[in-house]
Parts: sequence; C-alpha cells; structure tokens
Amino acid sequence: MPITIAYEAKIEHISILDAKGNFDEKLGGVGSKCIIPDADIVKLYAAMVSCRQLDDVAFRLQRSGRMGTYPQNMGQEATSLGAAYALRKDDWMVTCYRENCGLFWRGVPKEAILLHWMGDERGNAMPKPHWVTPIYVPLGTQMLHAAGLTLAAKYRGEDRIACTFFGDGASSEGDFHEACNFAASLHIPVVFVCQNNFWAISTPSKINSAGLTFAQRGLSYGMPCMQCDGNDIFATVYTMQRAIEHARKTGTPCFVEMVTYRLGDHTTADDAKRYRDQEEVDAWKARDPIIRLRNYMVARKLWDDGKEAALQEQVEHENAEAVVRAEGIAAPTRGDFFNSMYAETPQDLLIQRDTMHTHSLGQDPSQLPPEAQARAAQLSAEATAAAAQH
Amino acid sequence: MANLNLVQAINLALIQEMEKNHDIVLLGEDIGVNGGVFRVTEGLQKRFGGNRVFDTPLAESGIIGLSIGMAMGGLHPVPEIQFEGFLGPAYDQICSHAARMRTRTRGAFTVPMTIRIPVGGGIHAPELHSDSPEAIYAHTPGLKVVMPSSPYDAKGLLVSALRDPDPVLFFEPKRIYRAIREEVPEDEYTLPIGKARTVCEGTDLTIVSWGASVVQCMQAIEKMSDRDGCSIELIDLRTIYPFDMDAVAESVSKTGRCVVVHEAPLTCGFGSEIAARIMERCFLQLEAPVQRVAGFDTTMPYYKLELDYLPDAVRVSRAIHDCLAY
Repeated sequence: MPITIAYEAKIEHISILDAKGNFDEKLGGVGSKCIIPDADIVKLYAAMVSCRQLDDVAFRLQRSGRMGTYPQNMGQEATSLGAAYALRKDDWMVTCYRENCGLFWRGVPKEAILLHWMGDERGNAMPKPHWVTPIYVPLGTQMLHAAGLTLAAKYRGEDRIACTFFGDGASSEGDFHEACNFAASLHIPVVFVCQNNFWAISTPSKINSAGLTFAQRGLSYGMPCMQCDGNDIFATVYTMQRAIEHARKTGTPCFVEMVTYRLGDHTTADDAKRYRDQEEVDAWKARDPIIRLRNYMVARKLWDDGKEAALQEQVEHENAEAVVRAEGIAAPTRGDFFNSMYAETPQDLLIQRDTMHTHSLGQDPSQLPPEAQARAAQLSAEATAAAAQH
Repeated sequence: MANLNLVQAINLALIQEMEKNHDIVLLGEDIGVNGGVFRVTEGLQKRFGGNRVFDTPLAESGIIGLSIGMAMGGLHPVPEIQFEGFLGPAYDQICSHAARMRTRTRGAFTVPMTIRIPVGGGIHAPELHSDSPEAIYAHTPGLKVVMPSSPYDAKGLLVSALRDPDPVLFFEPKRIYRAIREEVPEDEYTLPIGKARTVCEGTDLTIVSWGASVVQCMQAIEKMSDRDGCSIELIDLRTIYPFDMDAVAESVSKTGRCVVVHEAPLTCGFGSEIAARIMERCFLQLEAPVQRVAGFDTTMPYYKLELDYLPDAVRVSRAIHDCLAY
C-alpha cells in the first residue's frame, strides 16, 4: 500500500520586538490593541531592572562572605516575568531557581529569596497566597509537583492551572518526561516552560538534546509546543497568553520553549570563562532583554535618561532594604532543624534535640556507673550554661 | 465483626476512610479498573469513581511526584507502588521531597501522603518482587514507615496512616496477604503509629520482629516452649519509624536477652538499630549479646532458593538457643 503520513509536526517561533528594535505590529498589536498597555510596559521594565540590580547585589554579598552560593538570573529576566504577567495571580508558579523576576512580580519578598541562599529555610516559608512553590534544587523534579498541584485544583473543581519552569539541562531528567506524560495522559493543564539558556553549567545545550529545538520534546506527549524569543517581553507574554488559554480551555498541557541566554556564570561558584567564548557572550549581550525594551520605550517616548536615573536610584534603595531585612532576621534557634520534621515531633527527636549539646547521642545516663553519672550531670550542667550564653 | 484476611482488611479501611474524607485519592498502576494486582483496591473505582481512584502511566517517580504535588495542594493521595522492588525509581521523590518538604518550608508546604507497597518474600515471585527495603526509608528523616503483620493491625494502622499529616510508607507483607484470617471489627478503630504490640508475654527472652517474620517467630516460640519450656516474649514492632523503643527496652530489661528477626539483609538492617539502642538503654540488664536473624548480605535469590534465604522457625530457634546459652 502507499505509505501514509502517520504524524507530522511543525513548531512556530514567535518574535515581536527583536534585538534590532523592529516591532511586529500584527502580533504585538498597536496603540490600545497592544498586548501590553504602556503603563505595564514601564512596570515590566522596572521589574527587570530591579531584578538585574538585585542579582548584582547578591553577587557582591556572596563574594564578601555574607551569602552562600548564588545562581545569577542575569539575561533571563523576560522569561519568567512574561509568564508571571500572563498568568492569573492564583495560578501556580513552580520554578527551579532562575525565575526571580517572575517571582518578584508575583509578590514574593526579595528577602525570602536571599534568605534561601543565605542558608536559612525560613526563606522558603512562602505565605500561601503567593501560589508559588519554594526554590527547587534537585533538577527536573518539580514539574511532577506542578502536575499534582493542578490535579488537586481540578479535583476540587477549580480552574487553576500551573506553569512550571526548567532549563535545557533539566529537560534531560527522567522526571521531566514523566511529568509531561502524566500531565498529557491524565489531562492536567500544566504549561511547561523550558528556559533554554544554552548552558547547563558547562554543558552546551546540544549535549542535552540532539533535536533542533527543545520545544519538540513536548510533541511526543501529544501537547502543543511553541518556541519564542525569551529575551523579548512581548513575545514571552504573547506566547504565554496562547499557552495559558489553551491550558485553561482544554484542560490539557502545552509546552513553551523560551530561547534566552545565561549572561552570568552558572552560580557564584562557577567560572564560565573556562568553557565558553567571550564572543558568544558579547553577541548575546547585544540581545539583552532590558536594553532592548529600554530602546523601544525611548523610541516611543515612554522613557528618558531622567526616568532611568530615578529608577536606578529607586531599585538600589529597595534592594538595599531587602538585604537589610534578610540580614536582620533573628538567628534561628539552635536545634530549630528538629522542629518541622513532622507535624508532631516524635518523642525520640525531642530527646535528641533537648540533649544535643549536653548528652552523648542516645546514651541513657542511668546506665552509667554511679560515679560517672555524677560527672556526666556536671558536664551537662556546664554545657547547658555555655549554651545559654551563646 | 467478620473474619478478614490482610487484603480484605486493607480494602475495608480504604473504603471507610474514603467515605469519611473526600480528600483521599487513590492512584497507581493497575489499581483502578483491575483493582490492583493483588486485588487490594478491588471495587474502589466503581464505588468512588474514576476521579478518586485512577490508573496512572507506568512510571514510579511520576506516581510519587504527582502524589507529592497533590498532597502539597491539600489532598491526601494514596499512591500504590506495585512491588517494593520498584520503589527504586521513586526514591528521589520520596527522599528529596516527600521527606523534606515540611522542614524545607518550615511547614508552609506539607505532604500528607500514604504510599502503599506490597513487601517481602516467600511467594515464588520473579526478581525484585520479594525484597525488604524498610531500613532505607527508616534511615531517611521525615518519613514514617509502617509494616503490619496481621489483618487487625493492618486496618488500624492504615486508618492512622490515612489520618497522618506526614508521608507514611505503608508496607504490606505479601506473604501473608491471604495466609491469615482473623476477626476484624467493622467499627472504626485506630492503632497508633509508633506503638509496638506484645504478641505473647514471657520472662526468659525477648524477640523483636515485624511483618511476615512475626509468623516465623511464633512458630519458633511454639517449638521452643514445647521442647525447652522457656518463656519467650514476642514484640511486633508494627512501626519501623517512629518505633516503640520504650516497649523493647522495658521487655529486654526484664528478660535480659534479645533476638531480632527480619527478612531484610543483615548489614544495616533495622535490627542493627535496635541492637545499638538496646546497648544504650539496657546494657546493665543484658545477659547475652543481642542476636539477629536476618536475610543474608546477598541479593534476594530467585525463588528456587528463597526459603534458604528467608529467616524461618529453625534459624530463629537456633538464635534463641544461642542467646539462652550465655
């Protein structure tokens, strides 16, 4: 018989405001029909500038020993921000760790993010109304949670969807594939957003996929897939609006690849000069989302040097205050890491916690010979006194 | 009151709790239409609908990860992992997330979830269908690990697990799924997680065990009491973590001798934890070192040799004898 085509696909790439400043009016809309109203363009710009400045502050905090390892978001501000702008406030945002701009737009306090990287779990205690999960360190594992959160919402009859973010590297992880499969087969409206920033630490994206795009990974799960210029806030908003509409209308997932670039090192513990060329970085600097939007705003007379100077001063001040709040938090109580292991801390753990500085772990003092018991009690009392002074 | 086996007792517990709590949702491979490969979830999809009892794609990490998300979203999911050997793919989700989410977020997100897993050997099963990994999960802070040894205990413990706000691994010893029938009240009752059961009282020696091994221990005790007239106390731990060390310490302080029995491999099996704690709390009362009867430090063999591997009444009796010899 004649061979028939069992399956065929194409993936569209969306670009509205390109690096040279050309604006596609058909996709982006003009005047009152613009997909982003002027007032919001300015707000989004300010959000990106603020995020970039905080990145710089965080870098300096790490280098001066006031914060641990920190992954910079530099260059990727328009991806999560476009998503957060397009999502409803009560749609779940399930991120990994390079989505600060979107999180801040959603109202996550900056000091919460700083505290996470300052080694303090209290930074993860997101108040529930944010509809945001904590920063995820184990790569690729969070998308399944996004699917579960959305399934719970669906079970309750809510039309809340989830948007989950991951990188080109994380899309190699098995859990990513399982999440796509589960979401598609079980009809769970999750928008999967791959931030393809070309590098997974030192691993170029072509090692993490032999395909032409990362977007096509979603095709095998039967979901619609799109690709957009991740450094173009108009494109990320436009694409996300389409994706979200699909998800909410059909109750099924879809896949968005946002093509962007990691301008900084993987984290403050990395040195990207060891494995990539400065020419490549410079080429992408010319595609910077913030510069691009500023040029657009200036050309449309929405922005000028005076406003820029005022904004810089404002974000420096706000970010400095966030650092003060983060560093000003009271030190955690010693043994605080015992208290949230279970809803009700088991007796066993309470004993460990209450004797952690004064007793040998597990040893029952009543089993010691009498003379040793007296000495042990003395040692305990000394340790308790020392702890009280701490 | 009815005479139920383990499968029926678990099925009944699920039905009763699902009727009370509409946040309980069941998921897993073949648990819906097929009622589970052991028929433990038989009839539940019909009764509660495909929204509450559903079949998933074939991916254990996916099953547990999805369940974690559902739990974070306020439901109480009850995922099934078809055999303990397939917990491997789900290990990361269990230990990196289920166990940690509460402390990671200082309680902002929690994971009330009960994972049901058939466990243990002795049913002539293929590879990876006969293992006992409970120690791995007892060694992971943030989880609760439960293993009933009887239908009555299973119903009471499962109800407690379904009401527990934290992640519970509920291991179901498949060797005794249908081997034991006993009176199980239809009325609601719970058994607390973290409390052991004294199966029989004695004064000469304490046996500590759990799961299907409790049956082997009871057989050994019958043998020994007839022959040597010794009085043996048997403690069924019921919960591996948190576990009832008070009950163990009280008993061993009284008898001065202890034998721990488990199917899992000897090295780093939970028996080693019990032995260490007995040393800490009962050293002065011990008449003999703690003996352990366990699986060997080998991979669980294919079923032709599984009875050579699994602790049985003969090996338990020898350990009792050696312990009494001191």
